[in-house]
Formats: sequence, C-alpha cells, structure tokens
Amino acid sequence: MDLDVRLPIGLMFSLFGLLLAGFGLTSDPQIYAEHSLGINVNLDWGLVLLAFGATMLLVALRARRSGDATSRRRPGS
Amino acid sequence: MLIHLGVIDYCLLLVYFAFVLGIGFVVKRGVSGTKDFFESGRALPAWVCALGFIGANLGAQEVMGMAASGAKYGIMTSHFYWLGAIPAMVFVAVFMMPFYYGSKARSVPEYLKLRFDEKTRGFNAVTFACMTVMSSGISMYALATLLRAILGWNLHLCIAASGAIVFVYTFTGGLRSAIYNEVLQFFLIVFGFLPLVLLGLKQVGGWSGLTSRLAVVATRNGMPEGAWSHSWKFVGSAQSNPMGVEWFGLAMGLGFVLSFGYWCTDFLVVQRAMAAKDMNAARRTPIIAAFPKMLFPFLVILPGMLAIALTTDSGGGAHFSLPSKGGSLNYDMVVPAMLAHYFPSGLLGVGLTALIASFMSGMAGNVTAFNTVWTYDIYQAYIRPNASDAHYLAVGRAATVAGIAASIACAYTAAKFNNIMDVLQLVFAFVNAPLFATFLLGMFWRRTTGHGAFFGLLAGTAAAAAHHGLSLPAGAETGIKGGWLSVVHHYPSEMAQNFWTAIWAFSACFVATVVVSLATRQRKSDEELTGLCYALTPRPREDDVPWHKRPAILGVLVLTLTLILNIVFW
Repeated sequence: MDLDVRLPIGLMFSLFGLLLAGFGLTSDPQIYAEHSLGINVNLDWGLVLLAFGATMLLVALRARRSGDATSRRRPGS
Repeated sequence: MLIHLGVIDYCLLLVYFAFVLGIGFVVKRGVSGTKDFFESGRALPAWVCALGFIGANLGAQEVMGMAASGAKYGIMTSHFYWLGAIPAMVFVAVFMMPFYYGSKARSVPEYLKLRFDEKTRGFNAVTFACMTVMSSGISMYALATLLRAILGWNLHLCIAASGAIVFVYTFTGGLRSAIYNEVLQFFLIVFGFLPLVLLGLKQVGGWSGLTSRLAVVATRNGMPEGAWSHSWKFVGSAQSNPMGVEWFGLAMGLGFVLSFGYWCTDFLVVQRAMAAKDMNAARRTPIIAAFPKMLFPFLVILPGMLAIALTTDSGGGAHFSLPSKGGSLNYDMVVPAMLAHYFPSGLLGVGLTALIASFMSGMAGNVTAFNTVWTYDIYQAYIRPNASDAHYLAVGRAATVAGIAASIACAYTAAKFNNIMDVLQLVFAFVNAPLFATFLLGMFWRRTTGHGAFFGLLAGTAAAAAHHGLSLPAGAETGIKGGWLSVVHHYPSEMAQNFWTAIWAFSACFVATVVVSLATRQRKSDEELTGLCYALTPRPREDDVPWHKRPAILGVLVLTLTLILNIVFW
C-alpha cells in the first residue's frame, strides 16, 4: 500500500478552500471591516487554497496514471 | 479570552483532524515490520523527506518562539536561519549523510556505537530518549495552556485530546505516517500564517513603513535606529544591538556550535533524511529542505517585527497592539494575538488549525524519534537482543504508548513544578552542547577513540555546566539563569550567555577528545571504520546523476542564495 501524500494534501486543501470561499460568499461583510482591513480574506484565501489543493490533486492523479502505465509496460514490477 | 470561534472554524478544525487520523489508518496497511515502522521502509522520495525534515522542526516553539524573538530582537533573529540552520543543513547533507545513510546504523546513537563504543552510544541514547519525551510533554502543556488562554478550553481535555490524536497516527503508521503528517502540517502552517504577514504588512505600509516604525522602537530602547531592521550592521559591539551579542559569539556560538550541533546530530531531524529511498535522496533531503527554510524568516519572524511595530504606533482605536503581562510586553503572545486581531471567523479556523498542527508535528516528531531510539538503542542493545522482528515491532508500538504516557506525565509535571522542567532542560542542553565536536572528530579524524569520545562528551558537559554556573545575564537573579556557583562574568543578554556556553562546551569536548584519543589505543580496525569515517569511506558515485540532483552543486546554490539574503538585509 503506497499512499501518495499529495492526494490527502490536495483533498484537504481543496476542501478547506471550498469551505472558506463558500463562507466568504455568504458571511456578513462587517467581520472583514472589523478584522482584515476590509478585505474579504475568506473568499480570497479560500480561492488560493482551492487552487493549491487542485494543483496537488492534479499532480497526484497524473503521477498515478503514468505510474499505472509503467507498471503495465513492465508486468510483475 | 481572546478568540471566539464560529461554526466554520470548528468545521475546518474537524476536517484537519479527520485527515490526520485518516493518513495514519491508510499508511497502517503498509507496515509489516520494524523497517517500515521505524525507518519508513527507506522508500520515500527526497521532497517528502525534506518537508518532513523541516516539518518536524516546525514545532510550536519555532513558530511562536521565532515570532517572539522577532518582536524582541528584530531581524537579527534571522541569524538562526541565514547564519545557523542553512549552512548546517548543507553540511549535514554533503558531508555527514554518507555516514548516516551509508553505514549500517539505523539511528544516531547506533552510529556512535559503530564508530566508537557501547558507552558513548548508551549515554547518547538515554539522554536523547529523555529529552524527546520532555520536549513532547512541554509541547503538549504549552498547547493546552495556550488553548485555555485564548479559547477558554479545558486544560485536561486539551492534553488528553492532543495526546490521543498524536498517539493514533504514530501508533498505526509509524514514521511514514508521522512524516506524511509533517508534510501536511508544513503546508498548513505556510498557508495559515502567510495571510497574517500580508495583512500586517499592508497595515503597516509595506517594508518602508515597517522600518520607519522599527526605528522608533529601536531609539526608544536606546539603540541605533536600524537595530531592529539590520541583521549584521550592529553586531560590532554587544551594546548596540538588541540581542546583546557581538559577531564572534554570534558566528561561533549560534552559527557554528548550536546550529551544526542541532541539525547534524539530532536524531529527530536526521531520522527524516534516513527514511529516504536512496543515498542521493537522503543527501538531497536537507538541501531541498533548505530552500523553503531560508524563506521562513518572512513567515515566522516578520509577524513579530510587525507586531512590535504596530504596537508602538500611536494611532490607537482599532489598531493592533501586543498584550502585556506584568508591565512588560508579552512577546509569546505575538502569533495568537495577531491571529485574533487580523483573522475573521473562517480564516481564523485555518490559522488556529495551523497553530495546533505545529504543536502536533513537534510532538509526533519526538515520539517517533523516541520509539526508535528506545527500541533499537536501549531495548535491543541492553534488554533483549536477538529477538524476532515482530517482537521489536510490538516493542516499538508499546514504546509509542509509553512515550505518549510519559509525555503526558511531563506535561503535568511542567504544570506543577515549572522550575524543575527548566532545570532538566538546562541539563540536557549541557549534554547536547558538546555533541557536535564528537561527531566532527569521529567522522573526520580516524584516530578518535571510544574513550576519547566518551570522556570528551563528559568534559564538554561539565564545561557547559561550569560556564553557566559562573556567568549571569544582565538583570537576572542567580539560580536557573546561571551564576549558581559564583558570578564571575555578566553577559548583556541570555542569548549571549547561551552562545558562549555552547562555545565553551564545544571547545572543552574538542580538546578533551583529542587529548584522550592520543593517550588511548584505537581499538577499531580500518575495516571496522569503513563507511563511518571520512578518510576510509569511498565517495558516493555521482557520474550518472544529473547536475540538479547533485548535493554539492545544490549546496553551493543554497549557500549563494543565503549569502544574498544576508547582504540584502545587512
């Protein structure tokens, strides 16, 4: 059982990103004026996290597919 | 109470815990013997080991401590990275990893046994095991008190919960699970704290706004204007910089002895590199780790500098200001206070998760190092040699239980007798300070003997204790801070005293090891020392390795970039 660590990282950050950006869309703008200099950091940073998570997922899936291809070419390895 | 969490924050925290535990359970299926459990099967790619390598070190002491130092000493704190850690990481990669990875040793104490003798190994194994349990316990206690202070959570519940989570993923998946989680934690800490820096910089008006405010901080403390924003300019004399050290103590004490001692001999970090899939990956591990590491000052020190700059700002109102404790600023609260101030619900959950993650990675790193040293270097060496692999795997798992139980006991001891823990930590610091001299001589001077190494270590430890007992930092009382023998020298700061304690310990160990080695017979033959000693080890072949995978070339690149950073922030 060989877990590619990029998979859980990608999943977790995508989930974090979705939750954060979703909350950013629905939350009261007042909290951003109070805390983060009026910037909707939840939406902005949520999108950053989502982009990072998705990239990690993409890389992990591509590596897995090319790994499958190699093992098919070399049966038994 | 500083922080009030919303539903979204709890959701994020729960998602994180679910992933941490999930990784443990998925990795568990791959653990079939001690090599998987303690050495991660020696099958990990270099970049995973590298992020684990710095992730294990990116504990809460680092995140919160460096921010506190950033506020207290300004950008001079970056010497811990640009003068200390990075050169040491390149050194361990290029010169020392061939001995660690290439020899049959499975741990740092085991290397000492192969190179020297049983007593040197026993000494190192026992002190290291005690130290890991204590650091893990102190981490646990610090996390619990912090969560109680900022969230009002129950102390016992925090200790139990953090212990339980770390237990589950280190018990199930061993080192691999710990490393995977460290990689996850690494990214979480970067993404959790980066917005803090960005928002702080925006508020303060960028780098120029920061330096102009730091100039006010500096003059208020009776220092030259740039004392908080220049790393080298004011180290000519100890009186003109906030750290109270001059360039020699800084370069020799921090840059050489302390940093090399930690990054080159501490099994907690070396274990991560030893989990790599081959020699080249093991050697590249610390170097790949050095690239993000050299940017960490911007992530962990800058918040402290921003906090102190914003605090001195006269424009009150909604402005950030550092909480004070007993009349002076409470530097340890830099990170939590900034999180509470700048992060709204939502991002606050991410920041808090990152903070908790940093405590856990500190704990898990210690627990996995502990169970390995206990099983290989204490149990297998002295209690029950020649048992089956399954037996040692069971012992390793039991050691994980025992290690966490002992950590919890330490956490409660720390809660009750604050001073006892400080004293113990000091003793371990004395033991560790001279260790780098032993390794340096052992690896590069084949004449070094077992007796030489052992008595050198004792002499170094004694010198460290004596120096601490005879000196006192300014403004401190005799006792735990030093001067418990009699005060013959005053240092301008605790930091300066630490650096000089390390210098004395290293020098005493070095001299004593050389003298005793010359006076005793080398019992190890050249064959026995092959692979353990520089002169007797063939260089790793790199003919078929492309240039971007050669440790020496990467090392030079890292050092050049570090030099540039030093010059830019001179």
